[in-house]
Amino acid sequence: MAEVIMPKMGDAMEEGTLLKWLKAVGDEVAEGDALAEIETDKVTLELEAQEDGFLTNTLVEEGAVVPIGESVAIIGTQDEVGQSAPAPAVAPEERQEAPAEAEQVPASSADEASEAAAAQPAEKSGESAQQVVDRKPGERVRASPLVKRLAQEHGIDLSQVAGTGPGGRIINGDIQPYVSGEKSAPQAAAQETPVEAATPSPSPAPSAAEGKGVKVDMPKIKRTTGKRMSESKLGIPHYYVTSDVDMEAALAFRKEANASLGEDGGRVSVNDLVVKAAALALRDNPNVNRTFVGGELYQQESIDVNIAIAIDGGLIAPFVPGADQKSLGEISRLTKDLGKRARVGGLTLEEYQGGTFTISNLGMFDVDEFIAVINPPQVAILAIGSVQETPVVKNGEVVAGPRMKITLSADHRALDGAEVATFLQSVKKYLENPMMLALS
Amino acid sequence: MPVMTYRDALRSAMAEEMERDESVVLLGEDIGIYGGTHLVTNGLIDQFGPKRVIDTPIAEGGFTGAAIGMAMAGLRPVVEMMTWNFSFLAADQIIQNAAKLRYFSGGQVNVPLVIRGPNGGGVQLSAQHTHSLENFYGHFPGLKVVSPATPADVKGMMIRAIRDPDPVIFLEAGALYGTKGEVLDGDAEVEFGKARVAREGTDVTLVSYGRQVPMLLRAADQMADDGLNAEVIDIRSIRPFDSDTIVESVRKTHRAVVVQEQWRLFSVGSEVAAIIQERAFDDLDAPVERVSGAEVPAPYARNLEIAAFPSVDQVVSAARRVLYLEA
Repeated sequence: MAEVIMPKMGDAMEEGTLLKWLKAVGDEVAEGDALAEIETDKVTLELEAQEDGFLTNTLVEEGAVVPIGESVAIIGTQDEVGQSAPAPAVAPEERQEAPAEAEQVPASSADEASEAAAAQPAEKSGESAQQVVDRKPGERVRASPLVKRLAQEHGIDLSQVAGTGPGGRIINGDIQPYVSGEKSAPQAAAQETPVEAATPSPSPAPSAAEGKGVKVDMPKIKRTTGKRMSESKLGIPHYYVTSDVDMEAALAFRKEANASLGEDGGRVSVNDLVVKAAALALRDNPNVNRTFVGGELYQQESIDVNIAIAIDGGLIAPFVPGADQKSLGEISRLTKDLGKRARVGGLTLEEYQGGTFTISNLGMFDVDEFIAVINPPQVAILAIGSVQETPVVKNGEVVAGPRMKITLSADHRALDGAEVATFLQSVKKYLENPMMLALS
Repeated sequence: MPVMTYRDALRSAMAEEMERDESVVLLGEDIGIYGGTHLVTNGLIDQFGPKRVIDTPIAEGGFTGAAIGMAMAGLRPVVEMMTWNFSFLAADQIIQNAAKLRYFSGGQVNVPLVIRGPNGGGVQLSAQHTHSLENFYGHFPGLKVVSPATPADVKGMMIRAIRDPDPVIFLEAGALYGTKGEVLDGDAEVEFGKARVAREGTDVTLVSYGRQVPMLLRAADQMADDGLNAEVIDIRSIRPFDSDTIVESVRKTHRAVVVQEQWRLFSVGSEVAAIIQERAFDDLDAPVERVSGAEVPAPYARNLEIAAFPSVDQVVSAARRVLYLEA
């Protein structure tokens, strides 16, 4: 008999929604068979059987939000089909307590970890792993000053962390597994969604905000993006620098390139030129290719350029890994493939979790210019406007010329104005001398 | 590096400074012909003569006042208190004159005076002869107060004290006079206002000075058997006080235990705890613990005296409490 658990499909994943069972109890399954569809915060994936046998029990109903590592089904022998399940089935509305409990990883792994972390003597008590949060709603959370500081720095919701110190005080040993990433952190803001959704009230008390319009169903991806963008805009000191790029040479270059590539060669878009130009500029200005985490700056070696893509219900930003090393043709093919699969929910987590710099392009929507919100932990995002025919002075005469406005939003903790201006000059240089894009 | 006792290191510092600077003179009860009650000045009268090693009457207020006058007039007197307990008789001279003359004179008059002698307990001298006065003298602006724990420090700090332009209260660890350690040859001044990390560690900071330092090192050794890595800080300079070294250590270990022979209330330990919460609040994982002397006049009986002062067991226990390893 083997349990099928909600898998961890990426570093940021804390829970998944079981959308639909693809097999029924009693079905024979082979290793690799799709058992169910699960939805993470951004994509829909298939949950595969890890061994052959019969699906003897399903432990959660469709629509249930399940923390990673928790059992969802049992695979066993034909005889075991329909026998009582080892764990009670969990209905969607009963999930509200689960996130807190789910943070308690199995004792065995926590014990190993605390033995390994001998430098953290407080963990030797070994109690933290077994403790369950035992705090009444609204009860004051007791935590040492160090723990409070760490929680703030790492965005950990202390109300979800069990305390093993005197009077239930949360001490360093209790929070270290979350700080080190050994346990997935109960994010302060992340808790809001499940709690809200999991508190059904037959007659909700009307608040000032309610009764003004019909509540719109927010897809999970929109909530996730919204949360991340709020944190970014509220937490990061954004500032913006705009530059005007002469696109005459770039458009001519693109026309020529596409003519020589022919119909099936994968046509190079303005966006592909921008991705390549930005990647080369990042290579020249590695100070922009950094991340800012926990008050510290980290240099990123690989130049992985994310491209913001509007999809049904929200926004996703897969990235082109090592974009500075790729030819325009490779970038073009890769971005088209990413875009196509993003729109049908077919991206893997590896394709959109990560990246070191983001480009947001609204050029196709006839906009002059706009400013974008930084995609943390990155320190800058480039917003691309439309190429527009603009009056320009050429040889002493006013004539029409194609121009494109690009705006960099930068994190002032990581980058100063002069650094950003230098980076934009670099992007501009590559776009205005497109032969460099082909040769670099 | 030669190995010598705390007592010999102290004597060699005074002898070297007397060789170097003939304005350095010693005063005190029985320090000359008798060689000093604790033999710290033994032999110096033969080397420097009775004009520079002066036996005084049993009158602490009188000879301390005389030494202050000598210092104002350009000499560098080193006064021995047979024990610091007797300095209460000279407290008016020390606090009202020595500590304030530079201030009163607008800097025109300095008092380059050292007052030295054994401080603290542990050698069965009973209540009237067992006081730890570092917080008492450390309280007064105008005085410098030091409490060295090793032969190297007692020599280096005595050299510094004699050369210092201001009055220095030099609190020797009487119980450590016979302990040995390596001492630098010659002119090895130890600056004031700089604590010493006696042992580096990562898990908890143990802080003290004087006689408790070797005891803390023993406690740290015992904790190491349990896999606990304690850092030991020897404050050694009470005024000026080095907050930075302590704060830096607590930022690393997140926990501190302050140990002192003196009584708990209004003590050096109180000050250390206050500084830690002021400057390292967000780094603390547990309240600072103080291990102090029992709140009684010091007992004479050996078993009671031992029970009245901090022990290795008490320190280890306090360290385990701030590590949440015991309640």
